[in-house]
Amino acid sequence: MIPISTVEAAAYDAMCKAAIEIPDDYLTGLKALVATEQGDLSHFVLEAMLENYEAAKADRRAMCADTGVPRYYVKSGNEAVIEGGFVAIEEALRSACARATHDVPLRPNRVHPLSRHDNNNNVGLNAPEIEYSFEPDTDWIEITTVHKGGLFGTDYRMLFPADGVDGIKRFFLDAIIAFGKRGLACQPAIIGIGLGGSKDTCMVLGKQAACLRAVGEANPDPEVAKLEAELKDLGNSVGMGAMGFVGSSMVVDCHIECGFTHTGGMPISIHAFCLSSRRATARIYANGSVQLRSEPNWFTPYMRRNEISWPQVEKSKKSA
Amino acid sequence: MAASGKIQKVRLNAPIADSDIAALEIGQVVYLDGLIYTGREGVYNRVLAEGKAPPVDLKTLTNVNFHCSPAAAKDTDGSFRVGAVTATASFRFSKWLPRWFAETGCKVIIGKGGMSSSDYQSAFVPAGAIYLTTVGYGTGALLGRGIKKVEAAHWLDELGVAQAMWVLRVENFGPLLVESDLQGRSLFEENNAEVNDKIAKLYDGLKAPSLSRYGETDDKTKELI
Repeated sequence: MIPISTVEAAAYDAMCKAAIEIPDDYLTGLKALVATEQGDLSHFVLEAMLENYEAAKADRRAMCADTGVPRYYVKSGNEAVIEGGFVAIEEALRSACARATHDVPLRPNRVHPLSRHDNNNNVGLNAPEIEYSFEPDTDWIEITTVHKGGLFGTDYRMLFPADGVDGIKRFFLDAIIAFGKRGLACQPAIIGIGLGGSKDTCMVLGKQAACLRAVGEANPDPEVAKLEAELKDLGNSVGMGAMGFVGSSMVVDCHIECGFTHTGGMPISIHAFCLSSRRATARIYANGSVQLRSEPNWFTPYMRRNEISWPQVEKSKKSA
Repeated sequence: MAASGKIQKVRLNAPIADSDIAALEIGQVVYLDGLIYTGREGVYNRVLAEGKAPPVDLKTLTNVNFHCSPAAAKDTDGSFRVGAVTATASFRFSKWLPRWFAETGCKVIIGKGGMSSSDYQSAFVPAGAIYLTTVGYGTGALLGRGIKKVEAAHWLDELGVAQAMWVLRVENFGPLLVESDLQGRSLFEENNAEVNDKIAKLYDGLKAPSLSRYGETDDKTKELI
């Protein structure tokens, strides 16, 4: 059984790491854009960001003072057993969020939408959000934290089958241009797109595509992967760079996740992660040992299953 | 590769002298030493709508208002630990600024994203004020390094950490970009104009969706702020 104190400590460590350390995959993708950026101001901004990542790591400070809306994604192995069960996990995650808010420190961003009351710990009604997924044939549990900006760079639209890829591209350009000006989307960013599903699934998939896939990781469906590459190039050809200054650094990567949708529709959502792309994952093994990393590996083959049943894997591949 | 080395850097003392403000050109990079204070919706509302006197005489303190809330925590000894510092989008505070300039002597706004050029013409230029934008966004760790001391945190109980008025002593605080000058030119708008020239072409050959949407504008060269 995994002790609940181990879950709390791992969630705390992941939250601190996410706030302070830029993920390697994002940094590699960003540096590739910096190398080809021709706009003087956009280039200056990106150089300042690279310096900022170094300062954050050296001083153990948050990269950005806008905490966004810190949240958790839990992936539980089907055979994982945790002391106290899922109710205890939820309390541990809320506790870890509050402790990290004080210790890093993170700005307490979460307020009641009407009274604007702030508990000063990023915990409150439906905050932090906790989403769940499951993984067959394993007994570890993974806690991923994401601190995504909360205000700009997201949109949803009901398109229809006849709108096709043209409709997708127009919607993509509309959002990139609207939120790219003055850099409100905090670009260059990982752009996530949810395609299909019901309306809420469409939003959830798009946000997960932005926040839970590493830069360079293409969708396994070749047709979707091709569209991802096209949209990335389209975004970087708009003529805008960092802070909306003239340049070419807009999209570090584009990730699309699909869900089966109503036969008459093609809903689409778009989400921009940010220049700090704050995410970290802790895997807690059944023996209580913990491994921290910055790539969430959320979209496992099981997550993208298309059939009724999931085949049993042989024992040798267990806990891979 | 671009030549970001071409960009001019200046270091100024805050409060910032009128002559220093007059010499600034859009696109220059500024680093500050001295005193600045934070003030956003909560502070503006309390002073300008509710009529409460500012907690400190801003006219003698400094003329630099930062649109920001620091990531700060109160330690057990009552002191404040500031980690990262990042600005918040300024366009939302447009309606407060003419009176804020008049009543406090503020001449420099530091924030995120600038204001519209009509704000610069109607409020900033008459007050002899300019706008410095933070970079990124945001260089939270670099700006955090530039804060040497929290001199005071006013109205913390009344407004909370995010909305309180923080008086900050800073050193080599930056980078900040000059977004507007005393003539009311805007770096963002000049860049937007250049970007806008090419936008129509991006949509060439892409058919419009079968169901349109209402919106404030369908002119893609417009900003939605």
